Amino acid sequence: MVSKTVLHAKHIEAGAKMVDFHGWEMPINYGSQIEEHHAVRTDAGMFDVSHMTIVDIQGSDAKAYLRRLVINDVAKLTIAGKALYTGMLNTAGGVIDDLIIYFFTETNYRLVVNSATRKKDLAWMNKQAQGFDITITERPEFGMIAVQGPNAKAKVATLLTAEQQAAVEGMKPFFGVQVGDLFIATTGYTGEDGYEIIVPETVTTDFWQKLLDAGVAPAGLGARDTLRLEAGMNLYGLDMDETISPIAANMAWTIAWEPEDRNFIGREVLAAQKAAGDQPKLVGLVLEAKGVLRSHQKVVTEFGEGEITSGSFSPTLGYSVALARVPRSVKVGDIVEVEMRKKRVKVIVTKPSFVRNGKKVW
Amino acid sequence: MSNIPSELKYATSHEWVRNEGNGIVTVGITEHAQDLLGDMVFVELPDVGDNISTGDDVAVAESVKAASDIYAPISGEVIEVNEDLEDSPELVNSDAFGDGWMFKVKLADESELDALLDAEGYKNSIDED
Repeated sequence: MVSKTVLHAKHIEAGAKMVDFHGWEMPINYGSQIEEHHAVRTDAGMFDVSHMTIVDIQGSDAKAYLRRLVINDVAKLTIAGKALYTGMLNTAGGVIDDLIIYFFTETNYRLVVNSATRKKDLAWMNKQAQGFDITITERPEFGMIAVQGPNAKAKVATLLTAEQQAAVEGMKPFFGVQVGDLFIATTGYTGEDGYEIIVPETVTTDFWQKLLDAGVAPAGLGARDTLRLEAGMNLYGLDMDETISPIAANMAWTIAWEPEDRNFIGREVLAAQKAAGDQPKLVGLVLEAKGVLRSHQKVVTEFGEGEITSGSFSPTLGYSVALARVPRSVKVGDIVEVEMRKKRVKVIVTKPSFVRNGKKVW
Repeated sequence: MSNIPSELKYATSHEWVRNEGNGIVTVGITEHAQDLLGDMVFVELPDVGDNISTGDDVAVAESVKAASDIYAPISGEVIEVNEDLEDSPELVNSDAFGDGWMFKVKLADESELDALLDAEGYKNSIDED
């Protein structure tokens, strides 16, 4: 049984090439993935992300529950609407999923988790809820549209009421606010300015059409992947999974070690890994010569082997970039080798971030 | 359904062959193939002077999605390659049967052309995929 988002008919209408994405029929492109990529980097593009899973956590123990569930500390969240990126681990310290948590009050939080991991995420969250006074409520009655690019905010502004405009005016990155029908958040998965907007399903199609009319280009999962890769953002299932520690997935920054007595799931394992210093790490690789780095290619370094987790052609830079998990001793600036089809190529090790706000950053 | 010009010959591995006369043919990949591969980012062509045999992997079409081997649909000597693809690999997407051509071959044995599929045969082969 393939699921369809509320925008499915709009994608077909726009001539999208549809693919099965973890049980959802989603647009991979609307003609040219590269043109859609450039639209986001230079103007404004939008993605249907209605397949993503919204889960509200409410109740008197909501804060205590989340402080146990995820590796970052929701106690850091004190301003209504503030968001936090983090990971949810199993007891062996592997990443069950990465997610964003929005704080409304200490008894009311909203989580956005991946669609591919929806079932196991909900099962895990429910299992961990025992003993906590909370409710876990999935919110499938919403569509979600990510509008991204240097002109994204200005184009969205033309569709907002005066009240909505006032609410988002000057909103800092990683905040969300509910105004009228819309939950508007300054989050994204492209490295550009923009919003992710949660819309009631009944008006999602209408909102999408208005964005089209405002000159926002529809972009598919193909462009979404090259944009997030250039931005150095992880994709669950490729860059990390249940067998991978957040320390080995460039997610150490999302771990809140303080206060020491916060007993989050996976803490002991992570602390031991940190003390041992033997976890591999996720770095960037750049191949300026011809060729495209791809997932699962072997990386050869003087400290041992590694593996590319995500690789593609970077439309913004004009050459291939990748994320790779390599031995911790490998340093930024090192030259290492990648085994490609029939040959070995030299690549430069970089920080895992290549493009931000339309500019090369490595 | 993709465009499949009737004047060309085809291989099941999605190359097309145009008979230019005097024992010379032009080779490219079909519109169907470029559509499967998506936006092209690099095309690696054989060298002029290479002797190629039917079935050899002689070129690589690398798209955002995947790297894909291109097989020699016929045998002979490569006499010209499409150098425009170096800077504009997207020609393979925009004009697969025209400006997106890949290389020209001086045939070793013209009768090999008869072994290739016609448009109908190729259409049937992709319908079975």
